[in-house]
Amino acid sequence: MEFLNAVFVAPFLDIADSPVFFAEVVIGGLMSGVMYSLVALGFVLIFKASGVFNYAQGAMVLFAALTLVGAMEKGAPLWLALLIALGVMVALAFAVERFMLRKLINQEGIILFMATIGLNFVLEGAGQIAFGSDVKRLDVGLPDNSFEVGGILFNTFDLSAAFIGAAMVTTLALFFQFTPMGRALRAVADDHQAALSVGIPLKTIWVVVWSVAGAVALVAGIMWGAKAGVQFSLVLIALKALPVLILGGFTSVPGAIVGGLIIGVGEKVAEVYWGPTFGGAIEGWFAYMLALAFLLFRPQGLFGEKIIERV
Amino acid sequence: MKFRTLFLGLLGAVVAVTGVMSMKAAYAAEQFIPMLVYRTGPYAPSGIPVANGFRDYYTLVNKRDGGINGVKITFEECETKYNTKQGVECYEKLKNKGPTGASLVNPYSTGITYQLIPKSEVDGVPILSMGYGRTSAADGRVFKWVFNFPATYWSQASAFVKYVSRQEGGWDKLKGKKILHLYHNSAYGKEANATLTALAKRYGIKLTLLAVDHPGQEQKAQWLQIRRKKPDWIFMSGWGVMNSVAIKEAASINFPMDHFVGNWWSGSDADVIPAGAGAKGYKSATFHGAGTGWGVHNDIVQNVYGGDKAKAMENKMGEVLYNRGMVNAMFGVEAIRTAMGKYGNKPMTGAQVRWGLENLNVTKAHLKALGMEGFTQPVKVSCADHETGGSVMFQQWDGSKWSFSSKWLPPLRDIVRPMIESDAAMYAKENKITPRKC
Repeated sequence: MEFLNAVFVAPFLDIADSPVFFAEVVIGGLMSGVMYSLVALGFVLIFKASGVFNYAQGAMVLFAALTLVGAMEKGAPLWLALLIALGVMVALAFAVERFMLRKLINQEGIILFMATIGLNFVLEGAGQIAFGSDVKRLDVGLPDNSFEVGGILFNTFDLSAAFIGAAMVTTLALFFQFTPMGRALRAVADDHQAALSVGIPLKTIWVVVWSVAGAVALVAGIMWGAKAGVQFSLVLIALKALPVLILGGFTSVPGAIVGGLIIGVGEKVAEVYWGPTFGGAIEGWFAYMLALAFLLFRPQGLFGEKIIERV
Repeated sequence: MKFRTLFLGLLGAVVAVTGVMSMKAAYAAEQFIPMLVYRTGPYAPSGIPVANGFRDYYTLVNKRDGGINGVKITFEECETKYNTKQGVECYEKLKNKGPTGASLVNPYSTGITYQLIPKSEVDGVPILSMGYGRTSAADGRVFKWVFNFPATYWSQASAFVKYVSRQEGGWDKLKGKKILHLYHNSAYGKEANATLTALAKRYGIKLTLLAVDHPGQEQKAQWLQIRRKKPDWIFMSGWGVMNSVAIKEAASINFPMDHFVGNWWSGSDADVIPAGAGAKGYKSATFHGAGTGWGVHNDIVQNVYGGDKAKAMENKMGEVLYNRGMVNAMFGVEAIRTAMGKYGNKPMTGAQVRWGLENLNVTKAHLKALGMEGFTQPVKVSCADHETGGSVMFQQWDGSKWSFSSKWLPPLRDIVRPMIESDAAMYAKENKITPRKC
């Protein structure tokens, strides 16, 4: 009886009692959701263009952030370090196309997936060899102060992250929807051979998309790195992006952001109001449960493309 | 042609046999200590200084003293990535190395320690889980092969409550105080919960237990709850990235940092540096000093780094976790020396080192001779007490370095020891162990 009360009654009474706190939890969830979306975006881009789930996206986030901090430690100003890191990610995109993808054209998705597992280990190892395994402090000059509005605490860093995330999603959505390159990217995602047969330069497309994914990884690395320091555990934030992808759909840029927001709010509300009943720390698995619940009704995710195949 | 092949084969065999024999001869005067390290992976920022502290101390003993009573220390690192499965593999790989096998093992992970406890007696390799692992292993009557001095998680939690009472102005001032335990949602993180609950009951503290999921990069939900509950004090049992994120989140909700206290695995340089200025004032428990102001550090610079202090600092000398690795190595070395006092100056077996650990008596004078006076507390182990109930110190981060912010505080043995004995008795019953008479 006590358990039923803790699950079905008490949390709702609590929400009704303190609506301001509930609003703060929801806003906190939205802020966290944007951070998840930043990581999920990288996955979506590569999946859209090559139909491959890029296992190395977390490692790319780490590698990009390490390159940025490494350049700053050598004395480069922020703008130059950003350019260097971006250059390294573009070079990585060329290398991935030249040494990995080119040899795997028209292979099964699982083969490409396996190749990205290899890439993950290469990036993890190379990053640690080149820049060490120490925690590195990253200060990109974003304000990090807190202020209260109507009893709700806001953090300027979280707000900046939300703004950057929203700007990035809008740009990418427009790019995919309204540019010839965006259409070409979607064509490649549908069928490598068909795209090639109508003259779409597959190699260029792959370089472009991996470069953009690299840039997204750099932004995600900056935001997460500024929060907790640049360290190996950045690789693990990929785990936070998975439920977002499942929920939002693997092929939708807006899906990544909406999925991120739903997961962010869902897990925070669950942790705060239902966590104590289940021993706490439930948000990790709750995010997957939430995504699973959505899958029951929309197997392709909220915004994913419905796949209809002739059999 | 056949003669030539035969000749070459014989020559090869002679070279191989001679090589093996000379290696055996070289091994004969060496004391092997396995090193389970994590220099890569998500916990590497904590693992690297610990491993360097061990390595440098063993090297110091070899170079400065010619080994332990003339017996050279040999050691081999095995990468665990702080992963329990890999840690057990490392142990299996290294346990039979050296002329007498592994002298002792320092698992450097509570998870690995739990897995090795049943193996230690079978393999005859004592475990020294210094300030981590299974707390009830402090009861030497049940856990003959496991040692966790100078203090355990439970003693640490009681010392924390004592520290709070001192800060608040007395034990009676604890009544009604709100203390929140923010812990890593793992066996390690939960260790202090039982002690804190018992102490909350005794002193009328309002205790809240709040878990953070691994790895702890995202703690928004926990800090929203903390903001709502407005605790007077926060005690944190974190590890790795969880610590730095928590410190940053505390700063962002303007929580008073001098009321935020980490346990001794939440108080390293890697925990506070990412949080920048926000970490100023943060405190943590410890059982040894931070920095390089002791004679032993000078010895390391001179003997290990050839006088190059910059190189030593590059290798993390003086960082909290470097010093911890160094203290841990010192206890192991002194246990081997104690064993040699009984069994002679030759490589010791695991069983002999176990005796050395159980009869270890590191006095104040001893610490002074080692260049560690005031750096850590004396330790006297006994058959019944593998913890020694060592005192705990609290340190504070001033934005650039750690400094002691309290005196050495003895734990509340009257509450901790019965809990240890009760848990050990339960383990003995479950595993059909007859406790020793000590």
